[in-house]
Amino acid sequence: MGLGIETRHQIARRAAKEITSGMIVNLGIGIPTLVADYIPENSGVMLHTENGILGMGGSPLAGEEDGNLSNAGGYPVTILPGASYFDSAQAFGIIRKGLLDVTILGALEVSGKGDIANWIVPGKRVPGMGGAIDLAQKAKKVIVLMNHCDKEGKPKIVDACSLPLTVKEGAHMIITERAVFEVIDRKLHLLEIMNPYSLDEVIAATGAHIVLPEKISVFY
Amino acid sequence: MNTAAKTKHISIEQAMEHFTDGMSLMIGGFGGVGAPPTLISALLDKGIKDIFLISNDTGFPWIGPGKLITEKRVKKLIASHIGSNPEAGKQMQSGELDVTFVPQGTLAEKIRAGGMGLGGILTDVGLGTVVEDNKEKTVINGLEYMIEPALTADVSIVYAQKADQYGNLVYDKTARNTNPLVAMAGKITIAEVEEIVPNGSLDPECIITPGVYVDYIVQSKGVDWKWVWELKQDTRSQGGQLKK
Repeated sequence: MGLGIETRHQIARRAAKEITSGMIVNLGIGIPTLVADYIPENSGVMLHTENGILGMGGSPLAGEEDGNLSNAGGYPVTILPGASYFDSAQAFGIIRKGLLDVTILGALEVSGKGDIANWIVPGKRVPGMGGAIDLAQKAKKVIVLMNHCDKEGKPKIVDACSLPLTVKEGAHMIITERAVFEVIDRKLHLLEIMNPYSLDEVIAATGAHIVLPEKISVFY
Repeated sequence: MNTAAKTKHISIEQAMEHFTDGMSLMIGGFGGVGAPPTLISALLDKGIKDIFLISNDTGFPWIGPGKLITEKRVKKLIASHIGSNPEAGKQMQSGELDVTFVPQGTLAEKIRAGGMGLGGILTDVGLGTVVEDNKEKTVINGLEYMIEPALTADVSIVYAQKADQYGNLVYDKTARNTNPLVAMAGKITIAEVEEIVPNGSLDPECIITPGVYVDYIVQSKGVDWKWVWELKQDTRSQGGQLKK
């Protein structure tokens, strides 16, 4: 089932708490894009795009779009003071060198050990990996935002991914509409429960072993 | 000394003499933005087929290199992403289109290596995934890398904002993307540009692609990728953006 707009924003709002002043951040397509709404103004955060911007700003006003200035998804954007443009080799050199503090992306499956699968469903959907492997393997912190379960209600957080991997043991954090997890030493730690879900509802919908905290906090 | 050197400016028709069936073709652009629309249309009109295409992605079905896919002119493809062009996925599943996926940064660097006269690059991006299948590997300073051969093509086509008569190129914002890399990697490189200016009118400090890499320049008849986002705004929610 698709998530409602309020739930999507709740996830994005939680993810934005991981972004602190001055960070270099890449946001993927979908819910990750919404995270930009919750990054405080003048925080010095520089958004990076695969198509060659460091210092991406918000959407332009209607009528002020520039056909030669878009984000990696093709939507018109603006830039912030201090921004730069560069070619694709440079865009990925920045990623490979480990200069991204945080990358936030979606996923089809994540394992309790932090394996991420997000680029191919063999025989069904084969979009290609784009920049996902570069980002997931090289960013200092990899945050996955996704639905807790797939369209059939099956857990997307599993013991072992069944789909081809994007990265092995690459996820540091998983945020869904039900919970926030951290992957520490290849183990899935529950950090917070998302309002209005219960602990039982989180455990029942998760296909990997969860390390529970001593005290459960709730994110509204 | 003859400073009024001959121009690289040719007509679209003259440019088309360099395209043949079965050729390898590299196209600049990212999601259609920055892909040379006039040259792609001319290729379609000329009926060029069985192309071995190297491109960051396949654009959209009616934008950028996507048109060549839709019209079934491409036989073999190297790209990082085809998700925005359902026709490419369909042809891949039916076996009509032979697709090799390469992580985006690795693809950019393989093209760059081709243009820089290198044999290839060493990278660890994709180790532990299917990307490493059948790859030759080497160990440098105790770290494992895959050997990724450089890519070149019979012809490279790119889009730039401005060219002088010598073929020095200046790009515009995110329409730059893979173009400077693709421009270097063609045995023949043809640049489609918005504006052709006299030699000496571009600031040499601002030139991104030195004209030595560019064999010919053609005048663009206007771009088509504005529709990338206008189309998507019609069909999907745009999502949030950084607060003003």
